Parts: sequence; C-alpha cells; structure tokens
Amino acid sequence: MLTSRAKVVVKKEMNFWERIYLPAILGGTIITIKHLFKRKTTIKYPEVKREISAVYRGQHVLKRDENGAERCTACGLCAVACPAEAITMTASERKKGEEHLYREEKYAAVYEINMLRCIFCGLCEEACPKEAIFLTDRVESSDYSRKAFIFGKDKLVEPVDQRIDVTKRQLPVVLEFKQKKSLSHNR
Amino acid sequence: MIAFLTYKGILVLIIFTITLAVAAYSTYAERKVAAFLQDRIGPDRAGPFGLLQPLADGAKFFFKEEIIPNVSNKTLFIIGPSIAMLTALMTGVVVPWGDSLTIGGNSYLLQIADLNVGILYVFGVASVGVYGIMIGGWSSNNKFSLIGAVRASAQMISYEIAMGLAIIALILMTGTLSLREISLQQAGGAGGDWNWWNVVYQPLGFLIFLVCAFAECNRTPFDLPECETELVGGYHTEYSSMKLGLYLFAEYINMFISSAVISTLYFGGFNFPFMHNLGLNANWITVIGTAVLFMKITFFIFFFMWIRWTIPRFRYDQLMNLGWKIMIPLAIFNIALSGLISLYVHR
Repeated sequence: MLTSRAKVVVKKEMNFWERIYLPAILGGTIITIKHLFKRKTTIKYPEVKREISAVYRGQHVLKRDENGAERCTACGLCAVACPAEAITMTASERKKGEEHLYREEKYAAVYEINMLRCIFCGLCEEACPKEAIFLTDRVESSDYSRKAFIFGKDKLVEPVDQRIDVTKRQLPVVLEFKQKKSLSHNR
Repeated sequence: MIAFLTYKGILVLIIFTITLAVAAYSTYAERKVAAFLQDRIGPDRAGPFGLLQPLADGAKFFFKEEIIPNVSNKTLFIIGPSIAMLTALMTGVVVPWGDSLTIGGNSYLLQIADLNVGILYVFGVASVGVYGIMIGGWSSNNKFSLIGAVRASAQMISYEIAMGLAIIALILMTGTLSLREISLQQAGGAGGDWNWWNVVYQPLGFLIFLVCAFAECNRTPFDLPECETELVGGYHTEYSSMKLGLYLFAEYINMFISSAVISTLYFGGFNFPFMHNLGLNANWITVIGTAVLFMKITFFIFFFMWIRWTIPRFRYDQLMNLGWKIMIPLAIFNIALSGLISLYVHR
C-alpha cells in the first residue's frame, strides 16, 4: 500500500429507508436550496473584469530605452529559452543614422511570437539580458484566423508615446542594479 | 349557444396562450434556477435579467435548419412531435383554473370542461403522450433514439400504474372523479367550515403521485429517455429545429399541467385558507383563487427544477426496482390503509 488513504469497500445491503431514497433526497434538497442564497461567483465579464495580479503573465512587450531606442539586440536567448518554441527572429546590423532607433549595433529586423504556441511561462523575460522583453498584464485579443496570432514587431514593440510600465515586474535587486550608471548595462 | 361557444372559445384561447407562455418562461426559469443552485447567474444578456431569452431561443429554433433523416419514416417522424405537443396541451382542458366569475348576471366557470371523469381523462391523455415519444424514437431509425423511446415507454407505463393506484386512494376518500368537485371539497373558511387540503389525509398518496409525476414528465432523476450522457439525446437525437422545440416544449407543458394537477388534487387547487372569512365578494375570491393556484403551480415547477439539480439520474434497474417493488406495493398499502380508515373513522 503506497498511501494510508486506501479504504476497504464494504458492500452493504441498503435498508428500507435507504432503498426508498427519500431521506437522502430530502438532505440533498436542503443542500441545494442553501446554494440558492449564496453569493454568486460569476463575474459579468465585459462590464466587470477579474482582478489580476501586477505580475500577471499576459501579452509580451518589447521595451524601448529612455531615448526611445529598441532594447532588443536579437541575441536569441529568449528563443532558446522558450519551451514552446514560439519565438523567432531575424537579426540585422544597425546602419549609420539609426542610433536613435536601435540601442546597440545589432537589432531584430523581424521578431515574431506565435501566441497560439506561447504558454506564457515567462522564461523569455527571465532569459533576456537586455531587459527588452517583458510579459504584461494585458490580455491578448481574440481573432478568427491562426495567422493573426503571430504577433510581429508592430504589435510587440511599445509605442514611443505610450510606454508600458514594467517596474512592478522587476525585483528590487534588479531595480537597484539599474541605478548604477557606471555599469555598461545601464548606459 | 353562440354565447356559450364564444365564452368557451375565449377561455380555450386564454388557457392555450397562458400554457405556452408558462412553458416558454419555464425554460428561462429552468436556466435561472439551475444557475442559482450552482452559484451562477444564468442568462442575463437578452433584455433586463435575460427576460427575453425565451423569445431568442424560440426564434433560434424557427431559423435552425430542419433535417429529416433519409432513413427515417417521414410521416411518423412528423407525427411524433405533433402527438407529444397535442397531448401535452389537451390535458389542460379539465384542470379547474378557478371558480366561476359572475359578469352581468351570467356565471362563467374558469374551466374548459368539467368532466365527471376528469382524472381519468388526464390519465388517458397522458398515456397517449407515450406514443409521441415512442413514434418519434422509432421512426428516427437510430439506435440511440430507439433505446430512448423504449426506455421512455417502459418507464411511463410502469409509473402510470403506481400513479393510478395512488389516485384510487384519493378517489376513495373524495368519492368523485371530477377535478372541480375535488377542488371544491377542499374549500372552506375558519371554524366548522374548515376543510384540510387532501395532502393532510393522503400524505403517502401524494408522495407516490409526486414521484410518479416526475417519472411521467421524464424529469430528472427519471430522465432516462433523454439521458444525454449515454444516449446522445435519447428519443429526440435525430430531431432538429422546431420539431425538437416541440418535444422540449411538450416536456415543459407536461410539467406545468402536472403541477396544476398536483395542486388541484392535493393542495386545494384554487382554494386558499380563510377564503370565506375575508368578506370579499365571490368574483374577488375567484380572482385571488386563480392567482393562488398559479402560485402553487409555480412552486411545484420550481420544485421540479430544484430536484433536477439535487439528485443524479437513476440507473435503469434502480428505476424499475423503485417503480415495481416499492412504489406499487406502497400504493396498494395506501389504498388498504385509506379504505380501513374511511371504514372505521368517518371523515
């Protein structure tokens, strides 16, 4: 016996009261009528939304730095970390005059996440050395075709004028580390 | 004569409309009660509190594609749901929906036909209802439908016996088969005029009748004819569009009529306590009485739904054991008991 939860089954003949089921049914009706007056657990979705945690793992965002340049350098660590193999990218070299667009010499020309493959585990976020990819508390929208669920840079990169705050997702240690301007990471 | 026919015609129309409306809103109530008993909210999108849901459901049924299987017997396939609906609607004829109203010196009885064999009529028509299910299931030419239909007929025939025996004890006591007279016997006010409802004298009979009513209406725990988990949809597996709608509707109408019959036979029908002591005129008593009857019916419809979400379906052998080995002997014992009591203790 692996656990102590095993029970010996006894096949007992039912007595008259058990055979007419009525006392048991009466007990059952009392249980169900109590539920009639219980608080309902339904959340009326479009009007009321369920509260989600600040570190909810929803749709991804590709961050820009303070100057509005993309942080991603197309190193591919997120793609390697991804257990669902949902991430794919094509790297490209930054040209002269694009310094305001891309933070480092290499950048991702194409960056795609297949949202149908993604299991929202957050390993990409953990793997990223450049603090470029984060999961957010946004819920991805629904669509009719599979193609629409392959999110490219147009949907992933945060707009310059609508930054997405991810400070709550970062550990205090990381935030403290970011304060040290002497490190090349923070430059 | 013409006045009589118009009055009966109008009454038929009103009762027909009310029956359909009650059946339609039973579907809504079913979903709401189910939801509330399971800590949910239920339909609330169509209109305020989802009140227009039955209309939406009805419209959906009409616009669904109608599929008649090629291998089915087409005539019988159409006759099946028609019989189910027809018999369901026919039983409402003998139910006393109220006492009489006096308008302009004429007395109008709120009952379509006061047959002196009212109960037998209800039983007869309800028995024909089996044909609707049997024909529908058999003509579909589908094994699930057939098994459902066979189960339905076996179940209904078995429980009809116990139901009939339960009623015999009641008839022994009341001495009449007319539903109106049975209602009137339960009328009264305070003091010497006081009459208990029949359920006080026939608790066992009422219990048997109630259980059998569940079985006759194919409601859970006796919904073996439908039995989604084993038989897809039972006898109406092959049905679609409004034909399916008719079957489902017939079930709700049956539920409504059984509630009305239970209320009439055992719970005083359109009578309410102290009705003769309130000092109201007869018309008002009739109106309140009808309202009271509908309250009783509503309660029993709720009870049907309440039970549905309380107990799971019986296994087939359990169903048959309960019907033949417990209900029928109990009903016979009840007859003997009622006979002895009415013989030695005058009511």
